[in-house]
Amino acid sequence: MKFLVNMGLLIVLAVALVVWVLLPWPALLVLAVLFALWMALTRRGRQAASVTMVGISTLRQRLGSSAVVVVGIAGVVGVLVALLAMAGGYAETLSRTGSPDTAIVMRGGSASEVMSVLERDSVVVIPQAEGIAKDAQGKPIASPEIVVAANLPLKKGDADDEGSVQLRGIGEQAWAVRPNMKIVEGRAFRPGMRELVVGRGAQRQFAGLTPGHEIKLGNQSWTVVGVFASGDALESEIWGDADVVADTYRRAGSRASVTVKLADPASFDRFKAALAADPRLKVDTTTTLEYFSKQSEGMTKILRIIGIVVGSIMAIGAIFGALNTMFAAVATRAREIATLRAIGFRGLPVVVAIMLETMLLALIGGLLGGLLAWLIFNGYTASTLAGGSVGQLTFAFKVSPQLLWQGLKWALAIGFIGGLFPAMRAARLPVTTALREL
Amino acid sequence: MKYLHLIWAALFRRKTRTLLTLVSIMAAFLLFGMLDAVRSGFDQAGKSATGAQRLQTGSRLSFIQTLPQGLGGQIAQVPGVKSVAYANWFGGAYQDPHNQIFSFAVSDNYIDQYPEIDVPADARKGFETTRTGILIGEQLAKKYGWKVGDKIPLQSTIFPLHDGSKNWTFDVVGIMHAKDKSAAWYDQMILMHWKYFDDSTTYNQGTVGWYVSRVSDVNQADRVAKGIDAISANSDHETRTQTEQAASASWMKQLADIGLIVGSIMGAVFFTLLLLSGNTMMQAVRERTSELAVMKTIGFSSHSVLAMVLAESVLLLLLGGVVGLFLAMGAVGGMRAAMGGMIPMSNVSGDIWIRGVVLMVVIGLLVGALPAIRAMRLNIVDALAGR
Repeated sequence: MKFLVNMGLLIVLAVALVVWVLLPWPALLVLAVLFALWMALTRRGRQAASVTMVGISTLRQRLGSSAVVVVGIAGVVGVLVALLAMAGGYAETLSRTGSPDTAIVMRGGSASEVMSVLERDSVVVIPQAEGIAKDAQGKPIASPEIVVAANLPLKKGDADDEGSVQLRGIGEQAWAVRPNMKIVEGRAFRPGMRELVVGRGAQRQFAGLTPGHEIKLGNQSWTVVGVFASGDALESEIWGDADVVADTYRRAGSRASVTVKLADPASFDRFKAALAADPRLKVDTTTTLEYFSKQSEGMTKILRIIGIVVGSIMAIGAIFGALNTMFAAVATRAREIATLRAIGFRGLPVVVAIMLETMLLALIGGLLGGLLAWLIFNGYTASTLAGGSVGQLTFAFKVSPQLLWQGLKWALAIGFIGGLFPAMRAARLPVTTALREL
Repeated sequence: MKYLHLIWAALFRRKTRTLLTLVSIMAAFLLFGMLDAVRSGFDQAGKSATGAQRLQTGSRLSFIQTLPQGLGGQIAQVPGVKSVAYANWFGGAYQDPHNQIFSFAVSDNYIDQYPEIDVPADARKGFETTRTGILIGEQLAKKYGWKVGDKIPLQSTIFPLHDGSKNWTFDVVGIMHAKDKSAAWYDQMILMHWKYFDDSTTYNQGTVGWYVSRVSDVNQADRVAKGIDAISANSDHETRTQTEQAASASWMKQLADIGLIVGSIMGAVFFTLLLLSGNTMMQAVRERTSELAVMKTIGFSSHSVLAMVLAESVLLLLLGGVVGLFLAMGAVGGMRAAMGGMIPMSNVSGDIWIRGVVLMVVIGLLVGALPAIRAMRLNIVDALAGR
């Protein structure tokens, strides 16, 4: 019989957790309000409230063991939020790079810009397709670009440590295609010169990228003349004149991609169809939004999985820590609880009181963990070499309110499981046995 | 040792509490085992005895830039170089351009540079005689169910054939297998003939992605590397030569700062664990106060009581930790099989066990210290009187 009850409890628990994870916050709010009404208005509810108050008022005497619950859950939430913030920051940096009203054209079957080669003929033909926005002079806003990698000395590490940075050779239209791009220091490069402007992210990562400095690309000297900011993945790149870059990398007249500004997002289909219908071209056309989101897909998934696996294992540890603490708490208060039941309190208020107490501790832990993750990691910059780029991509961790909310949900779930079993025990213990216990 | 029974009995005096604590410790060390496996996987990449003998020469400009094929002959002339092979990045993908497979177009002697890769003799022979032949890694063969004799279509995300299409066809002539875990990613790779590759595409035109040379004396590697780079100094194709170890370390570092990530997670985990098991031990000693007093009364010295409480907490950590590490062994084995080397991950090996056990003992001692001192200082009269 007891076994059956326990099994039933486990099933209820599993169902409750699934529902819990899926619930949006308004539903939770309704749930909380209903619960508060129950506590305020019904007899049982008021009983539960008063038992809870007794429990909470004695928390101070159990400071050490209560701290275990708080710190354990804070650890879980902190690590979970930090790892998910990494995944989120990475995905956001890349998806922000694209927009629905610009499209990127690459050679068919190329997984990323650096693998694509468009011959000069294609580069001339593509901007003539319909659907592209025109500038004041009536010219289509299309920017043929060349993308290569360059080895540069890293800021961190030995003098000999070199990292890879993505180098983009651009024409004047590149700025028109990306209006969010701003020169924040120095000036833009002059066409035909070995001059570079560097992204803020690249500047953080690599040594010597300050205006006025000379850097070596292979055996050539290039001068850094400015710094640009865009708040997205392009900030991790360095830019130079397309013809000069092509010359340095012996690419002649070919380009890697053409990025165009669409007349409006709706004209993408027209533009794509026009290119597909042209027998001279064999190209893939995607909006930049889709292109950059796709680049981050695999990596973001891996990061999220790592976050959730690590978080789950830590959560198991924390659940058992909470169980331990609450069992001990129930054991020390066994007589008190038995007395309550002897004078007429039913099982439910006792269960609710112990659960509430655990969930309160969990809530404190969750808030603490989220706060720590936010203080330490929000805006923390990291870099990686992945996602279709051949250079290091700098991105900032982003601790968003959704993530903090998710962390709190985990914390409360841990508190729920950690409190449920001790609460059941307290409610089930025969009153006479408990009263006799020391 | 003769008190083991006593310590064991004390440990399981409250079964529920001890078991719950053990599960928490287990979870902590499961995580430790897994994360340390990833960390040391990143650390070990390219670190092997044969790896130290190999030098990689690539373009100084960037890793995507190619080098002239003629350079190989000149590199072979550098004193201390035993043999030179070369390879190109093929950028292969199967079925979908995003489903990329590591694939190199390599010179005929490339496989000789890697004695840690096991290629059966008939496979080797088949590779030498078949122009369109490829060697495929063991894991890859398993993943796609490819067998020797199969014709497989591969797209190149970079190189078109003469007719402009990028759909290449190859014949599987053999399956290779990495004997050493440092070369494990060859289990995921496809090797094809550089000659066939170069003949079939217009884009390559006799260039080489990078050279792999073996040096006769490991201690001379730096000097040889400088010698190789000197050949093309001030030309339009300057090179950068590194030991394979340095090259892969630099890649791994650019991929992610694993040490920092793992370090901060483990910091949070062990801090929590300290508190948690510390609390358990505190409770255990508090509720045994009178028993400890009795033990002292019948002649146990203060120091042996101290030692027994310490031993109890170390035992607690060891029990949970060892089970946790065993679980980690299983989990890491499973993940390695499932991901097939996408993330470098070493097995939970001797090193990790040693580090783990040291951690268990240290945490055990730390956790036990406070309760043990309390037990040692216990005043018999007060304790028996329940004061």
